[in-house]
Amino acid sequence: MKFLHLVWCNLKRKKLRTSLTLLSIVVAFVLFGFLSAIQQALVGGVALAGADRLIVRQKVSIINLLPISYEARMNRIPGVDFATHQTWFGGIYQDPKNFFMQNPVEPENFLKMHPEIIIPPEQVKDWLATRTGAIVGRRTANRFHWKIGDKVPIQSTIWSANGSRTWTFDIVGIYDGKDKGTDTTPLFFRYDYFDEARGGWGKGQVGWYTIRIKDPSQAADVAKRVDAEFENSPAETKTEPEGAFIQGWASQIGNIVFIVAAIMSAVFFTILLVTGNTMAQAVRERTGELGVLKAIGFTNGRIVTLVLAESCLLTVLGGTLGLGLAWLMISRGDPTSGLLPMFFLPVRALLTGFGISIVLGFVTGIFPALQAMRLRVADALRRM
Amino acid sequence: MAGPINWFSQIASITKFGLLSLPQRRGAVAATVIGIAGVVAVLVGVLSIAAGFRQAMTVSGSPDGAIVMRSGADSEMVSGLGRDETRVIADTPGIARTAQGPLASAELFVIIDLPKRSTHTDANVPLRGVEPAALLVRDKLKIIEGRMFEWGKDEVIVGRGAAQEFAGLEVGSKMKVGRYEWPVVGIFSANGGVSESEIWSDAKVLQDAYNRGDSFQSVSVRLNSPDAFQAFKDALTSNPQLNVQVIRQSDYYVQQSEAITRLVTTLGFLIAFLMAIGAVFGALNTMYSAVAARSREIATLRALGFGGGAVVVSLMFESLALALVGGAVGAALAFLAFNNFHTSTMNFQSFSQITFAFKVTPALLVRGIVWAALIGLIGGLFPAIRAARMPIAAALREL
Repeated sequence: MKFLHLVWCNLKRKKLRTSLTLLSIVVAFVLFGFLSAIQQALVGGVALAGADRLIVRQKVSIINLLPISYEARMNRIPGVDFATHQTWFGGIYQDPKNFFMQNPVEPENFLKMHPEIIIPPEQVKDWLATRTGAIVGRRTANRFHWKIGDKVPIQSTIWSANGSRTWTFDIVGIYDGKDKGTDTTPLFFRYDYFDEARGGWGKGQVGWYTIRIKDPSQAADVAKRVDAEFENSPAETKTEPEGAFIQGWASQIGNIVFIVAAIMSAVFFTILLVTGNTMAQAVRERTGELGVLKAIGFTNGRIVTLVLAESCLLTVLGGTLGLGLAWLMISRGDPTSGLLPMFFLPVRALLTGFGISIVLGFVTGIFPALQAMRLRVADALRRM
Repeated sequence: MAGPINWFSQIASITKFGLLSLPQRRGAVAATVIGIAGVVAVLVGVLSIAAGFRQAMTVSGSPDGAIVMRSGADSEMVSGLGRDETRVIADTPGIARTAQGPLASAELFVIIDLPKRSTHTDANVPLRGVEPAALLVRDKLKIIEGRMFEWGKDEVIVGRGAAQEFAGLEVGSKMKVGRYEWPVVGIFSANGGVSESEIWSDAKVLQDAYNRGDSFQSVSVRLNSPDAFQAFKDALTSNPQLNVQVIRQSDYYVQQSEAITRLVTTLGFLIAFLMAIGAVFGALNTMYSAVAARSREIATLRALGFGGGAVVVSLMFESLALALVGGAVGAALAFLAFNNFHTSTMNFQSFSQITFAFKVTPALLVRGIVWAALIGLIGGLFPAIRAARMPIAAALREL
């Protein structure tokens, strides 16, 4: 620790070179943070999926509906705590670009199923008392400046309300998410209103079911029992844990994890070269001094530590600044205006980034450090 | 006095010095070149996703093609039309005709779950029921393996992209959908268009399989000429029997691809822009150290009467040369790695999979090289100015 000052002075010697290297490292880590947030937005839902929840969809395709009568039958299957359903509404608020999800649900069971949705009890009471009532997530409410009491018209591309495509909902509640990753963009409204108002088509049919199971370790068995229950019926089912369902959905968009990893390796490989080059130059310039240090009794280990400390200080400083900057940029929100509702920087990514900055410092410093260690005092001093 | 010629020969000789000394600065030079190559490769690579997607969409729509859906529907998926309506649409003037009748195909569009080959997870694959005119409406469609399905039979043909991306769609295999099994009898290409992501069957057979009665989702038509569109559209939208919207095929596909193109281009530019900033720092670093290493040499030249301007220009040349090499390497890498790379993604509008190939177009390559040149110029400018401003006496004293 007492040599920290020396390390710092060495870095300050070529201010311009140090700051340019530092800035490239900062940029690399801003990118790292940014890509982590993109990845989080696209595939992060998997980590938050309830381990005790199963998703049941129609076997042929999720667009095919399931009868409402399945709910009672599911509730009787051993291992099932209870089941509730949602349906894709496909509504547009003012402009198709303002995309967010709206689904009809059964309020009480829905809130029981999703404890990650936090809403004041009096708003729940209002929802149960208002047939056309809807609750909406904080993010969407803020986006469109909706307040409790507002009447919101939404055009459905699929369903008509008493012959008209425009559905009007009364906002009775605004919910927050329990975790940072909880999606607070959807709007939920009442299934009884939905089923009554929609025309003949689809009546009594719902999109998919969510099942709460009693014991998460029994998930696979319960899923099999559910599918067996509806086998050979006109609407066979496919049941899978919520996590697997979200994973499958994300992989339909593409192999995001792979693309992100490919870009990141290109970025870090470049930074490795830039920083490595700076460190190599720094050691080469200081050959003479290193010789003096050795001559006055610095051990090989200490020399290696000095050089490594310098490279690590540089990368950790750059990494911390970069991650901080990324965090600031990302907290300003989704850059695509609505396509990535869960765009944020997870703590896990911050920690990984910090770890990478240390590794980067080590890898870029180790060769110059070994080179410095191998210097023979006489040779080094001669070069002064 | 041959002033300008002298000036140019000064530039030439300093540039030559600089370029010849590159091998001595291998590490720094490599870092810059590879850094810029990385920026260009990522920029071109990411944008080639959007370009490929857009190309798949645009080759699909011909200007004399139109699609009719229920009004208010934003994709075929949520549209619905009865047999009586599709008949009225097919009889509307403006549609091209052959001896068999108008070139109008009333179609059904559903999605089915099939596993992706790459991940073995289920994907929403579009299954389209068509009428005989469909092949004439989309004239780019060709059977490249096997044969066309027989009308009235529960057989399917599969688009080339779908056959590549999803498991179990080889000619001769049976595609299982619910309780039905559909033999795959052929594979078709559509010039790289969206249809290649689809599976086709006879609309009537599909109606029965899905208990759809006699209803459809859209009508695809081919018009007499691109100019006939407006009249055709007006005739349909003013017809009190119908409640439909008419979209030119090309516009429809642009609409369908909008969300994904926007997502990829916004993110792609952001990533590439950040990388470019990083590369500028890298280039600045290299050129500053180049200037530092050669400060005595430059001072000597200045003392001999070489102009400051010549020093600036030649150092910029050097930086530009490095950047262009990096840009060319990056563009070449992107081309080799990404051009025609087949993949599939979700079309957010219809929730169905679209297969497409990344396209590294000449325009993208040019854009990549232009970015590289800009990085090189910015990276060279400040070090060059510093070199030219260096006090000659002080620099010489370092000798």
